[in-house]
This record gives sequence, C-alpha cells and structure tokens, in this order.
Amino acid sequence: MRSPSSEPLVLGIETSCDETGVGVVRGHELLADEVASSVDEHARFGGVVPEVASRAHLEAMVPTVHRALATAGVRLTDLDAVAVTAGPGLAGALLVGVAAAKAYSLALGVPLYGVNHLASHVAVDVLEHGPLPEPAVAMLVSGGHSSLLLVPDLTRELVPLGQTVDDAAGEAFDKVARLLGLGFPGGPVVDRLARDGDPAAIAFPRAMPGSYDVSFSGLKTAVARWVEAHEGAVPVADVCASFQEAVVDVLTAKAVRACREHGVDHLLLGGGVAANSRLRALAQERCDAAGVVLRVPRPGLCTDNGAMVAALGARLVDAGVAPSALDLPADSALDVTEVMAR
Amino acid sequence: MLVLGMDTSSPAVSVAVVELLPGPTWGRSARWRVVDGGKHGELLATGIASVLREVAARPADLGAVAVGLGPGPFTGLRVGVMTAAATADALGIPVYGVCSLDAVTDWEEHDTPRLVVTDARRKEVYWAEYAADDERVAGPSVMRPDALKAALDETGWTGRVVGAGAQLHGFAGAGEPLHPDAEQVVLLAARRALDGAPGEVLTPLYLRRPDATPPGQPKRATP
Repeated sequence: MRSPSSEPLVLGIETSCDETGVGVVRGHELLADEVASSVDEHARFGGVVPEVASRAHLEAMVPTVHRALATAGVRLTDLDAVAVTAGPGLAGALLVGVAAAKAYSLALGVPLYGVNHLASHVAVDVLEHGPLPEPAVAMLVSGGHSSLLLVPDLTRELVPLGQTVDDAAGEAFDKVARLLGLGFPGGPVVDRLARDGDPAAIAFPRAMPGSYDVSFSGLKTAVARWVEAHEGAVPVADVCASFQEAVVDVLTAKAVRACREHGVDHLLLGGGVAANSRLRALAQERCDAAGVVLRVPRPGLCTDNGAMVAALGARLVDAGVAPSALDLPADSALDVTEVMAR
Repeated sequence: MLVLGMDTSSPAVSVAVVELLPGPTWGRSARWRVVDGGKHGELLATGIASVLREVAARPADLGAVAVGLGPGPFTGLRVGVMTAAATADALGIPVYGVCSLDAVTDWEEHDTPRLVVTDARRKEVYWAEYAADDERVAGPSVMRPDALKAALDETGWTGRVVGAGAQLHGFAGAGEPLHPDAEQVVLLAARRALDGAPGEVLTPLYLRRPDATPPGQPKRATP
C-alpha cells in the first residue's frame, strides 16, 4: 500500500489502434512514455490493418512495459494501480491491452482502471501544464476521432458537443495524402508540404457552419475533383496548404465558438492531428483574440501513448473513484460520455 | 510447484491451477471453464481469480504459467497468450507455451491413434494427428474439412476423432472432448516446469497470415 501522503504511481497501457503505448506516471509527473508503433507494417496497406496491429501489440507489450519501467526507474511491485484504454478503438487491439492490464493488476494485487481513450487525451496535458481548470473545452482530433467536448470534471463525465458525421480529421489527411501519392500516414507529410504552399490558393469548402459537428468527406472529394480536373503538374504544396487550411479553419472556429458559448476560458487540443503545426498556430491566434487560454501538449503526447492513460488513472485514484472489476470488457464503441468502462 | 494453466483458443475459456509434485502424483488442483465464444476478454481473469481462491493460493504462490498457443481464432487466442505472458512477467516466473490441440484429450487410456479437429472458421478446420502414445505425428495445420476427410479415407483411418471441428463438420465417429483443457495444458508443460526450464517468448500458432491486401489506385471522384 502507498502511504497516504505520496502521489499514486500508475502504469498506463494503450492499444486502441496501432501504437503499443506504456507510460508510468506519479501523480502529475511523467516518469516514462514508451511507444512501440506498428505503423510501418500498415503503410503498404494504406491504413491500419486491425489484425496486423493486434499481433504487433501482443509481441510488443511485455518489452514495452519493461522499457517504461526502466526509464521510470521503478519496479512492477512499486505500482499503486494499472490503467488501460478500454475503448473506444479497434476491438481486437483493445483486447490485448486489457488482457495485459488485468493480468498485471491481478498478479500484483493493485486496482485496475479501464478508461476512455478520449478522456485520456484530455488528461495527458496535466503532465506538461499542470491541472486543467474545469470546466474546459477539448477538441480531440485524430485518425479515428474528431470530437468537441465540454469537460466539467474529468473524473466524472465528458459532455459531447459535436463530432464528425463522416471521416475523422486525421482520416481526411490520410485520404488526401493518398490521392496525391504521398503515402501513409498523411498528417506529417501534408503538414510539411503545406509550409511551402499558399493556403488561399484554392477555395475548398467548409462544411456544416453553425453546428459543432464537422464533416470532412465532402472536402476530401472536393480535393480529389480539383486534382482530377487540373491540367498539368499538380501544385501539391498549394493543394496541401489549401486543404489543411480548410480543416484547421473549421476545427478552430468551432472550438473557440464552443468556449465562448459555454463561457469557458480554457481550450485543450489533443489527438494526433493536434501535432499539426498549422492547427496549433491558428488555434493560438484565435484563442488569443478570444481571450481563451490554449493548452496543447507537445506532439509526442498528442498522439496515442500510455502516459495519457496513466495520467487519467492517477487522477481517478486521487479522486477516490472505484476501480474497474476484473470482468471489465474491452468496448470498441465505448460512449464518449463514459470516463471509465465498468 | 503451483502452476497456472489457461487456454482461450476455442469457444471455451479454460483455466486450471495444479500443484505439481516431483513424483507421479499431484497436490491441490482446481479447474474453471466457461464455454461462451465471444467473452474471452471478460472471463479469463475472473477464472484465474476463481481457481486461485479455490486452492487458497495468492498469485505470488505460483511457480510457473502454461498456456495454449493455439491454433484457434486469433482474437480470443491472444487474450490467453497475453494474460499468461503478463502474469508470468508480473510475478517473475517462467511461462511455457503448448500446442492447444495437444490439450484436446482426456484421462482415459485409449491405446489408439487420435485425430484432433477444431473449428478454424471460414469453412476450415485446424487439425493434428497423434500416435497411440499421445505423441503428435502430424500438424498442427489448417485445411478444408472435405480435404481432411478425403485424406482419412485414403489412409483408412481407424483411430479416434475428437474436437469441436469434427463434430461441426460431421466427421465419422466424432467424439469428445471438444475443446482444449487447461489442466492438460499444465501437464503438457509439467516436465519443463519441474525441471526449472527457462520460460519462452510466446508466439501464437496463427497458421494464417493477416487478411489484408494492399489497395489499388484511388477511385476517381469526378463522374
């Protein structure tokens, strides 16, 4: 048992997609964040293949746990709790992490916290910038999610304000990269090429004004049509910059409006797309103009990782929230309102 | 030595704990099994807690872990393999893998060869062949049941045929047991456990590659 005065030491396990993430956190302090990615194995398929990801998680888990423990300078027997992503995500991939977390929890005799992947993306910022004032608004954008959330109390609930009605933001980057022949994943390469392009060169559509929901399917098609209709060499940098501008314009406008309409003065960005340099810059500009404090974790903590799961676990332990039962299911469609799976 | 065994390569989630003694006898033992195809992830840890409770042991009392490596449907299979690996890692004890088909057997002496056939889905079966002394002489492999039946006819098979795949696909004389059993998994690893053999990096017997093909050219968006 830990002494009542010390901060909880928590192991976090994340396997919702193609990253095997293991983190170690003590209270608000990040001690280790190790990620084994299978992204290279997926590249030739143009997207994440669930079975390939699941196999890779199984292979990587124990070695990644040990890398994290070594980096943190702690032993398994020092742990106060184990936290794991219970959903949402790829069902078979989630199951590997949940099985590992249950086994560590049961064998070590420490509580198990099965947590929501999206809530973890919100929780991770505490490791860099300290406790997030609540209520806050969070915009989580990745290859699997585009969610605008109100966060009244992260240990209790997330209130969904809007989400994508079709493609996730990261998915749109991947699809546009593919049609431009830029490979997978698309986010980093589009971001890089866009720096040499003109964001106003092509007027791509901004869908669903007035709603907190977003839609990127039409934008992707608009880019494809523009490229197909273009004669001569495609100005790839201008296409990337103009497409990217359409995505980040919509995301930042809605996030800042949500802050204003809910009287909230802190906005948090998270998820893999929050590593996008233009999204970070435009969000900062618009938050400054609106008097909103912007919080964005460094890119390595925006993408999927185990530290974010450990961070949320530590917060739940601190708040005295009851742990999950041993029959905790992996829930690929875990509702965004549920901070924990039970 | 108290050894924990588990197998999740079939619709059964099977868990056992057996106290191995140097002689031919055992000490304490407990078994737990639920046949519920889609719930391996929920059930397995509960079963482990249950068998440990039954023999009044704590996880720290375990000396080794043994697990069925399949072949079997991948998603469920990985639950057992991951759980076994992490349990052994947490306790600092060795983990041993066995072929799950080897554990589709019972205690009766039959003195005849045995063919184990389990369901591989996609209209295929996993199978392995055993001599009368229980030694595996062919497999594990994956095949269409018709092809396996034809091969049996051709060789004039007279041994037993067991396993849920044999029953499902109407193999002549198909009998029990239907699924791998965790107590058998422990016994199959008993020699290694008692000898203190080093543990292994567990590699599931998938027998199939992931089902994925690289995409072709993107479809045109312009009509």
